[in-house]
Amino acid sequence: MNKNKEQLLNKRYKAEQRFRLYGQSAIFMALLFLTIFIFKIFSTGYSAFQKTWLIVPVNFDAELMMLDENPTKQDIEDADYYEIALQSMWNLDPNANEDQQNQLKRMVSYFFEREIKQELLKDPNLLGKTKEVYLTASDDLDQVFKANYPRDLPEDQRRVSDYQLKIFDQLVANGNVESKFNISFFTNADSREAELAGIASSFMGSIFSILVCLMIAFPVAVLAAIYLEEFAPKNRFTDFIEVNINNLAAVPSIVFGLLGLGVLLAIFQLPRSTPLVGGITLSLMTLPTIIIAARASLKAVPPSIREAALAMGASRMQTTMHHTVPLSMPGTLSGTIIGLAQALGETAPLILIGMVAFVNTIPGSPMDPAASLPVQIYIWAESAERGFVEKVSACIMVLLGFLIIMNLFAQIIRHKFEKKWS
Amino acid sequence: MNLILFTFIVLLGFTSYYFGRKKAYTIQSTKKRLTALPQFYGYYLAIWCAIPAFIIFSLWAIFEPTIVKLLVLSDYSNQGYLDDELNLIYEKTKALSRGQFTGEITPFIEASAEKYLSLRSIAQSSKVVIVLSAIIASVAYAYKRISSNSRTREPVEKFLNAVLFTASLAAILTTVGIVFSLIFQTIDFFKVIPLFDFVFGTHWYPAKAFVRDSSEALDPSMYSDTFGAVPIFAGTFFIAFIAMCVAIPIGLMSGIYLAEYASYKVRQYAKPLIEILAGIPTVVYGFFAALTVGPFLKELGTSMGLEVSAESALAAGGVMGIMIIPFISSLSDDVITSVPQSLRDGSYAMGATKSETIKRVIFPAALPGIVGSILLGVSRAIGETMIVVMASGLAANLTLNPLESTSTITAQIVVILIGDQAFGDPKTQAAFALGMSLFLVTLCLNIVALRVVKKYREKYE
Repeated sequence: MNKNKEQLLNKRYKAEQRFRLYGQSAIFMALLFLTIFIFKIFSTGYSAFQKTWLIVPVNFDAELMMLDENPTKQDIEDADYYEIALQSMWNLDPNANEDQQNQLKRMVSYFFEREIKQELLKDPNLLGKTKEVYLTASDDLDQVFKANYPRDLPEDQRRVSDYQLKIFDQLVANGNVESKFNISFFTNADSREAELAGIASSFMGSIFSILVCLMIAFPVAVLAAIYLEEFAPKNRFTDFIEVNINNLAAVPSIVFGLLGLGVLLAIFQLPRSTPLVGGITLSLMTLPTIIIAARASLKAVPPSIREAALAMGASRMQTTMHHTVPLSMPGTLSGTIIGLAQALGETAPLILIGMVAFVNTIPGSPMDPAASLPVQIYIWAESAERGFVEKVSACIMVLLGFLIIMNLFAQIIRHKFEKKWS
Repeated sequence: MNLILFTFIVLLGFTSYYFGRKKAYTIQSTKKRLTALPQFYGYYLAIWCAIPAFIIFSLWAIFEPTIVKLLVLSDYSNQGYLDDELNLIYEKTKALSRGQFTGEITPFIEASAEKYLSLRSIAQSSKVVIVLSAIIASVAYAYKRISSNSRTREPVEKFLNAVLFTASLAAILTTVGIVFSLIFQTIDFFKVIPLFDFVFGTHWYPAKAFVRDSSEALDPSMYSDTFGAVPIFAGTFFIAFIAMCVAIPIGLMSGIYLAEYASYKVRQYAKPLIEILAGIPTVVYGFFAALTVGPFLKELGTSMGLEVSAESALAAGGVMGIMIIPFISSLSDDVITSVPQSLRDGSYAMGATKSETIKRVIFPAALPGIVGSILLGVSRAIGETMIVVMASGLAANLTLNPLESTSTITAQIVVILIGDQAFGDPKTQAAFALGMSLFLVTLCLNIVALRVVKKYREKYE
């Protein structure tokens, strides 16, 4: 009898331990996913911040460039650089046949002409002399140098030929290949060539969209929250508004994209693919988030504050505007920042309003066509070239960096400025 | 031009505020009692400056383009052009006046462009005149009123109240906008495709409607068997089901552990860390699923002799499940912590272990709230777009094999609407019809979930 009881107790304790273990492993799994995830992104992405350069001697031959003696700055600007650029690549292997010469040319980006031109513009005295110039390596060689490229594949399955690899290895052996911090990733617009593609255009697109979103969503949401929390009579209509807000917060984001497409583009005829339309669409999406946060922080202001103001003879509007709203601002602001962070990571609605267009210029205003950072991730992820994989991860790192900064900022505002009522 | 005018009006507003306040001080200096604080006199004047400006600006924005268009096109009125042709002419005229026209310039269009420009400049200058005179008139009227020391606080507050009320309508307007943008296209779609074919058809192949020659007349028979949404709906729910298979056990167990077992320190760190999963943009999950999980599953399958598609439903659903974990864990954590302590104490007093208390007492008590949080998770899984677009297939297969590729409502909307759309094409309309069904399904889920959670909260408050 007693033994039986003990057995039962042991069984129950074991069940207890098992249950506890389930909980621990669930947490462990969730954190494991997070770790794998971050590790994967960082391990594929960090190399994109480095860029491979080939150091190639260039002979600035005035004759080949069709320049007269003592050229003016304008002449140098207009000169023909293609020939000397081509020559300097061909000189890497003087015995190359025509096909091999073509392959030599494809070892650098198609920007190589312009890079050589920049060099001469910086120092016009180079004319007639030879100088070693840094040229952007093609994205495949870039990947080879970063050891991301399967060199042991059969040649016909590679985009890099054996010949190119041979020349490249020679250059490496001579110390003529260098890896430097990839500034152009931050300053270039999007490009079809992975080695030249940068995030500047999508970054500006994101900034403009978020600004438009902030300028629309913040005032409207705060005013709406003030009305609903402080002035609205309790009736069916305000209940209806409330149900509406809660529902909107859970409507899938792609539906907002359809709204932008069907109303903003088709009816109001706003310009397609622009951060203006993107920002308006995102602002409709963030509106409920900010309203809910602002209402919560208005609710947290204790009634004694209102009563004190009213007792001093302030009107209800004065009480609200001078006391309640300023006290609720920290909570509202941090809610706003979190809402904007969500909007910053949103992709689907922007795709529907056409912000996936290929944009190779940096937008200067919200009315110019642009992409945004998450859309850029999508565009690059859909590209087949190997060089884009690390770009995607790097772009994700930049985006995550911004989200972390925004969320930290929201936390700081909340902890530093929010008044604790006890 | 508009910007300058706008700045000028803002400056005028500030000036009127200043004059209003000054007037109040003069009234005060005559030993009369003011009816409100001096700044209300200022606000009063500023509002009287802003209202006419706002009304005229919006009237202009609404009517100017249509009136200018009517006047420009009146030249062409009796030449037997169709509406579409007139619109084209008008677009050409506008492009030419902006200097962006690249086609052949006919004298007609050139004349219209000149007319367009002159009309625009007339409209612009008359706008300036009308706005400024209206402002001056209304401010003068208001100034007269405040010099007689009439009430200013009440009208100002009433105005502010009206502004606040209008802002709160934004939420309703957005909902109306959503319904409005979806419903017309959807109705047009069902005029061509019978509702029955859409809801019960088993072949989804919108590309068939796309390849048709645009000069061909619409032939409804061509669309039969192209827009059957069953595979899409099935795919959507299937992927959502896979996602919930991942998210419910992990999310629920972590929620329970965090609420009942975890020490303060563990909770302090683990909770925000898990919530990071919810803050990661979905496009990042999509990339992760497509680049890492998909190929990994394919390789794993091949090593076990299974045929796994690189774009399997399992990869998309699994990653989506990871995304939903934090929604379920933090909501169920909240729900469980709000179960009153007395229930726990009662159970412990009867000799129950912690896990027995959780399973037999707390879980049943918290069940409505947990169901609500799961429903919200399901609604999120159904509406999730980027993961499925990037990681699951785009061809709509009717399958229940998680290793094959399927497609979802959201993925199809993106596939159809990416790039240029021709409104009025059944294919474009199909996307809106899908959007409508998505909106309705998630709406129902949300309403039920929110109601359940709310009822539950009220019970223990």
